[in-house]
Amino acid sequence: MSGTSNLLELMTRNLRQSGIYIAFVLIVVLFTVMTGGSLLSPGNLTNLVLQYSYILILAIGMVMIIVAGHIDLSVGSVVAVTGAVSAVVVIREGMPWWVGVVAALLTGALVGVWQGFWVAVVGIPAFIVTLAGMLIFRGLTMQVLDNVSLSPFPNEYQMIAGGFLNGLLGGPGYDVFTLLIFALGVLGFAVQQWRARLRKLKYKQPVEALWLFAVKILVVAAVVMAFGWRLANARGLPIVLILLAALVLIYGFVTQRTIFGRHIYAMGGNLQAAKLSGVKTVRVNFLLFVNMGLLSAVAGIVYSARSNSAQPGAGNMFELDAIAAAFIGGAAVTGGVGKVQGAIIGGLIMAVMSNGMQIMGIDQSTQNVVRGVVLVLAVAFDVWNKKRAAADR
Amino acid sequence: MSDHILEMRSITKRFPGVVALSDVSLSVSHGEIHAICGENGAGKSTLMKVLSGVYPSGTYEGEIHFNGELVRFGSINDSEAKGIVIIHQELALVPHLSIAENIFLGNEQSTFGVINWYDTNARAAELLQKVGLYENPVTPVGALGVGKQQLVEIAKALSKNVKLLILDEPTAALNDDDSEHLLGLIRGLRDEGVTCIIISHKLGEIAAVADATTVIRDGSTIETIPMRSAGETGAGERSELTRRIIKGMVGRDMDNMYPVRDARIGEEVIRIEDWNVWHPTQPGRKVVDGASLNVRAGEVVGIAGLMGAGRTELAMSVFGRSYGRDISGTVYMHGKPVSFSSVSEAISHGVAYVSEDRKRYGLNLIEDIRRNITSAALRKVAPRGWVNTHEEVAVSEGYRTSMNIKAPTVMSVVGQLSGGNQQKVVLSKWLFTEPEVLILDEPTRGIDVGAKYEIYSIINELAASGKAVIVISSELPEVLGVCDRVYTLSAGRVTGSVDVGEATQEHLMELMTMEKE
Repeated sequence: MSGTSNLLELMTRNLRQSGIYIAFVLIVVLFTVMTGGSLLSPGNLTNLVLQYSYILILAIGMVMIIVAGHIDLSVGSVVAVTGAVSAVVVIREGMPWWVGVVAALLTGALVGVWQGFWVAVVGIPAFIVTLAGMLIFRGLTMQVLDNVSLSPFPNEYQMIAGGFLNGLLGGPGYDVFTLLIFALGVLGFAVQQWRARLRKLKYKQPVEALWLFAVKILVVAAVVMAFGWRLANARGLPIVLILLAALVLIYGFVTQRTIFGRHIYAMGGNLQAAKLSGVKTVRVNFLLFVNMGLLSAVAGIVYSARSNSAQPGAGNMFELDAIAAAFIGGAAVTGGVGKVQGAIIGGLIMAVMSNGMQIMGIDQSTQNVVRGVVLVLAVAFDVWNKKRAAADR
Repeated sequence: MSDHILEMRSITKRFPGVVALSDVSLSVSHGEIHAICGENGAGKSTLMKVLSGVYPSGTYEGEIHFNGELVRFGSINDSEAKGIVIIHQELALVPHLSIAENIFLGNEQSTFGVINWYDTNARAAELLQKVGLYENPVTPVGALGVGKQQLVEIAKALSKNVKLLILDEPTAALNDDDSEHLLGLIRGLRDEGVTCIIISHKLGEIAAVADATTVIRDGSTIETIPMRSAGETGAGERSELTRRIIKGMVGRDMDNMYPVRDARIGEEVIRIEDWNVWHPTQPGRKVVDGASLNVRAGEVVGIAGLMGAGRTELAMSVFGRSYGRDISGTVYMHGKPVSFSSVSEAISHGVAYVSEDRKRYGLNLIEDIRRNITSAALRKVAPRGWVNTHEEVAVSEGYRTSMNIKAPTVMSVVGQLSGGNQQKVVLSKWLFTEPEVLILDEPTRGIDVGAKYEIYSIINELAASGKAVIVISSELPEVLGVCDRVYTLSAGRVTGSVDVGEATQEHLMELMTMEKE
């Protein structure tokens, strides 16, 4: 039973997961060619991280919601209302920047409590609750802002989304500190993978062949370091990227390794069986929505800091990007399947597409059509994949 | 021209990595009832899926001849057009639609797309008469019991001019009366010229009704046994045939269907007193009425009752109030009153409930064996709040070996296992919670003879290790075979507590059908 599995077997067994990476590479190559290479220019890569980080933050919460068998249509409005509260506190009331951050997070948590109550305790389908939430929180945004935009935020607040860590170690034309952080990240990844491999062997589980393992690590290292090199040649390490990395690590761990995370998958896979296995479904559902509210608030802070303002129309259609990211990332429409890392790749696909189309000067209406079609195709792939799996039986 | 309505010749069906059917042949004569027997995973369902076109022509090797002509079905529609109708174990009816609507679903009585309701209901009434179901055709199907729903399925098949009717485990969910009626109906259909293939684990039933039985084991045909028609068969000959079928299915003689019990009974573990449960949605309907029972360490106690007697409802309401409302009564564990207001409390007090419906209530079918086994006691592999995945694999690997779960690794997805192996996964999951009281609700439903024996042995071992075991079952031989003591349940009331040594099937049945004075 313990043995090595080959590449093809790994790929086909996990088409849903590996398919995303292939799609991501293809889309990057496609848009690099179509934009004449500007997509991967140091300046644009930095811009990509700054401009679309909110999609990735929302996608993390959304994939958890979708795995549990729900959906959240309100995240765009929640991004708006949390940003608006923060702006009122900081800009209109003149309080320090961090009070705005705390106020936004509290607002997000309250929104989560509200939606979690209706979904988890009362038992109204999340589709309805969050559809209503979409309207409610958009309306509240307008009321909080008196229907006008607020700007500008103080410098410290803007730094959240626009700040960089650079020059700490100097460097001839590129930022050594950024490269160091990336190198540490790659090293950490390699060490973690190696330890997992050793423990798998200890427990007599199958592992991939050593050369394949080495190639995998090398490819990841090369891609990550190339990305780091580009950033180092532009403005250094964006603070938002650190925030994102922390969120991905934390939520990857929460979903895969904690009891709470595993209960989400159990509920999405078979709600009745989960209940009869002692899963406190009301609590898990409630916490899921509170968590989504909090992450929406984080996205709201980042977005308002990036745009340096709070606007009544902020966050419009963000839910589409977040939901699409989760589905492109391999989440199943029926729940029970999906991963944070998948949703991140899905979010990156959406980001690269939007950014690429912008560089090419394609107008907004066409962009909307393309993004909508991509969402349908992603779900169609999930459905097709499931049929294929069923026919294998 | 042969007198065979169906001949499947040398059917081989491969899935990636497995040969599900190898060189299987099946010949069914005109107007006979042909039974197919085999362990779970032997290939019965696959064979029927090949026949009905679920696996289209070209995905398997071999030939199918129907009414003397070579047929190649591309889909279920093709096979239905020829008059082959399959009724699955899980009924495919829409609960909110009426009987008549269900019967003509996909085959609506209409002119230019407009449904003719007069025709629909009138024809449905005719068909219902044929199957002996005296219900108004406009009644919603959801309001009928499982037995009557089964009849609606047959009426639906008849509406399609069925020539070959395939029934997959038709009586698995039925009580004795409903089963008897259904078997009578199948005999009637045969006499009208409808050929029937019946897949069943109930060998007594097969002996009573089948004209021929084909035994399949490990994807190959073992033999086709001609059975004499029901009326002429003597009891002795019948049991001789049953023995031969069992031998074919498991490849060995099974002199004893049940492992020998050597009970060492200790102190009382759980006592339930004056337990009352009301129906969750129908006010005024008492489902469990003043039930009291106890189980001691090392004891296997049976709860026998007919469908609707409140067996499952009793168990589930005790198990963290998972069923019913206005529950009253007291549960004592080791003499001390305890109260489980949630499933997790019941689990932490050492109670485990293995549901009768493993697909709906027991398993996460899209997840692997490993995660299913640990799902009810995840904390044990996550001492500090996060899961040690390696430990988890080691634990579940241990159960895979000790329970003899037939799967390549614990990473295999549970939905792809056979019924018997799925049941072992559910059992492993609950054993991992280290329960003191184990409630097994129909633990061998839809499981083949070989796997049944394994489950019985596991029950024996559990009792021997000092656990209190409750077995809920509708099969009286099973209750008598595995239990030390039996409670009978009728209309929500405990009508008797009988030591197995003194019990007979007739006596138990008498208690189970006792009316309220």
